[in-house]
Amino acid sequence: MTEVAEYVEVHRHPEPKSFISKWIFSVDHKVIGIQYILLAIVSVFIGMGLSLLVRLRLVWPEKSFAFLGDWFPIGAPDGVMTPEFYLAMLTMHGTVMVFMVLTTAPQGGFGNYILPIQIGAADMAFPRLNMLSFWTTFLSFCALMMAFLVEGGAPISGWTAYPPLSALNAAAMEGTGQDWWIISIALFCIASLLGALNFIVTTLELRAKGLTMMRLPLTVWTWFVTAILGLLAFGVLLAAGVLLLLDRNLGTSFFIPGGLVVNDQLVNHSGGSPILWQHLFWFFGHPEVYIAILPGMGVTSHILSTFARKTVFGYKAMVYAVLAIGGLGFVVWGHHMFMSGMSPYSAFVFSVLTMCIGVPSAIKTFNWIGTLWGGKIRFTTPMLYAIGFVSLFVTGGISGIFLGQPTVDLFFHDTYFVVAHFHLIMGVAAIFGMFSGLTFWFPKMFGRFMSEGMGKVHFWLTFIGVYAIFGPMHYLGMIPHPRRYAEMTGVDFLAAGGAYEIQHFITIAAMITITVQFLFLFNVLWSLFKGKVCTEDNPWEATTLEWAIPSPPPHDNFAGKIPTVYRGAYDFSLPNAKRDFAMQCNSDEMVFPRSSGD
Amino acid sequence: MATTLTPPPVVEGEQHARPQPYRGGGGFPPPARPRDGGGDGAGGPDPAAQAVFRYKLGAWVGIAGIVMIFAAFTSAMIVRSGLSGDWVGVDLPQILWLSTALLLTSSFTIEKAKRLLRTSAREGVRLWLTATLGLGALFIVSQWLGWQALAQRGIYLASNPGSSFFYLLTATHAVHILGGMLALCYAVIRVWQPGVWVTRQAAVEATAIYWHFMDGLWVYLLLLLMFWR
Repeated sequence: MTEVAEYVEVHRHPEPKSFISKWIFSVDHKVIGIQYILLAIVSVFIGMGLSLLVRLRLVWPEKSFAFLGDWFPIGAPDGVMTPEFYLAMLTMHGTVMVFMVLTTAPQGGFGNYILPIQIGAADMAFPRLNMLSFWTTFLSFCALMMAFLVEGGAPISGWTAYPPLSALNAAAMEGTGQDWWIISIALFCIASLLGALNFIVTTLELRAKGLTMMRLPLTVWTWFVTAILGLLAFGVLLAAGVLLLLDRNLGTSFFIPGGLVVNDQLVNHSGGSPILWQHLFWFFGHPEVYIAILPGMGVTSHILSTFARKTVFGYKAMVYAVLAIGGLGFVVWGHHMFMSGMSPYSAFVFSVLTMCIGVPSAIKTFNWIGTLWGGKIRFTTPMLYAIGFVSLFVTGGISGIFLGQPTVDLFFHDTYFVVAHFHLIMGVAAIFGMFSGLTFWFPKMFGRFMSEGMGKVHFWLTFIGVYAIFGPMHYLGMIPHPRRYAEMTGVDFLAAGGAYEIQHFITIAAMITITVQFLFLFNVLWSLFKGKVCTEDNPWEATTLEWAIPSPPPHDNFAGKIPTVYRGAYDFSLPNAKRDFAMQCNSDEMVFPRSSGD
Repeated sequence: MATTLTPPPVVEGEQHARPQPYRGGGGFPPPARPRDGGGDGAGGPDPAAQAVFRYKLGAWVGIAGIVMIFAAFTSAMIVRSGLSGDWVGVDLPQILWLSTALLLTSSFTIEKAKRLLRTSAREGVRLWLTATLGLGALFIVSQWLGWQALAQRGIYLASNPGSSFFYLLTATHAVHILGGMLALCYAVIRVWQPGVWVTRQAAVEATAIYWHFMDGLWVYLLLLLMFWR
């Protein structure tokens, strides 16, 4: 804390004593952040297991896996997965990954832990609301897992839950799996709304003296914008979920059209519109993509700057780009629905707006490369993951330009090209952001470094692995291999295109890549107890406030003394600084302040 | 000290180390000085006032989230009413006017409580808050009677899309009123005992914002149900 020149004394809360108030029902944002991350880690392994089943079924549709017969006697009698079981695994894979992993860890996990410290606050604005958010999320997770256990099994309508399949209770889906799914999502929406409220008020109200908006670390900016997106998007999904639940259980007809015959029975509903669900769902669904990816962008900007020893290239452009992406994210939902019979004029508007998102995205990419350009790069593990993020973001983003054009989408819709696109940009890139963040902040959180050796091996194997999985899927989509089918054996045009061999290759690549993730898990667990001890406050020579306090941080973060902020978040390579950087709380006027915000 | 600052030397090979002209004017940036950030607990002049503002802001942000829920319902209603030709509007039960009167009155009572608290008259605050709570409860009862009246006419949730949306909108609003009543209970308790976590003024002011919004939301829903038939 040598560089801190001025403090503001604040009221301190008593430290909790009992195990339950300290670690279970904690109101401390740091503990809650770790709880979110733990939930995400459990979920990501469940999600990966489900994707493995999906891949196995795709490549060996008739093969019997003895262990599956034991675990899922109904879904996989004698170890052979039924098509319904495949769809259920697909649905749950998407749901677990999108909600329980991509939405919890980047925002609820890292945002919760890091944001209050980076803005110089003792905690979130509403600590008890924060606790409520996490435990509601946990209930939501439990409800989702219930869908596996109830009679009839997990829902089969995909993570997008398109009606009429998702809305028909009696005819197509006998069980209550879909109901549990809706309840889970509704709870998740409520938790996310409360969390978003907390993040917004915290960022606006609890910043330390001197920390103007334009001096905020880019991580804080992205968490803030993500919270705004969450606040405006999750309410719509909640509303849609309520309507769907009513359709399923109380006989209303919001989404179910008339004259449907399922299993030789005329469905007793009339007049609803499945397209209405699609509009409501994607009005949430597209911002959700940015809810998943924006925190990764912030972490990447932050870490690239720190390890390139350069200020973020175009800080203000980065901030405005994040705001533009967030804003445009609300007016492009129609590009998920080009094939729904939409008017070509509407499709044109949605398409043009979608292309517009390419501009702020390109600004961000350009500035990331500009940040790296000419820097004295330190290739630490978090830096590798951050560079990996940029690569994946570009690869996944380019294919989005293809899909955003209605004429091209006519061909690519519901093919593996789409699968490749959204996995790279939303799934893997966001996950790389989390890898990067966890390795970067691990010494701050736990006082020990993660193993650099294991980290680098894990990075390279995963980086190559994900490209081996999702790269060939672009080609599959061009054949075109449709997605969501449990079985596509004996199709001439697929055989001619070599699709079966490619699917085999992808499955094997997926098995290897999934195995490698256990190395990361091992690295986390090993490093918690045996990792190199971090004795310094600021081991990475970073500039933001979380590095001005001990590792791990004390209760109340700044121990009642909030530092005053004097400069922007990325003052690196200062020519007349004692070291090559100046922390935000460094008040030395002779250190020439050049950075953002002034 | 700005005048004594010498421009930093240009480090060779590092283009980014070149001094940039200060935005908006020549010369070099003034020395770094702390500015006021958002400024709460961290050192605003009056921490109590900051806490009140924080809770009020929280109420406003929460309202934005709730607005989106009802915006989604409204857009779904407008779309659904134009589909399939099976829309039958609901003739509103007369008792909804009583509900409206109760809720409008409760806005005045909570405003009265809020203003009394600003002049720290504790007894009156408790009275007016409890009155608001009572009016809220009566509103729920009145809404319940409204649903009963519709049911007697044979109009249920699933009867037709118009009635579906009537029950949906009124029930969702009622759930939010119940949430507001919980907040009111909390505020009443807080007025008795000063809290460590939330000052009583923060509790009352934030609840008042929410309650007024619920009032306005009800008027909006009433007009929507009356005119979008």
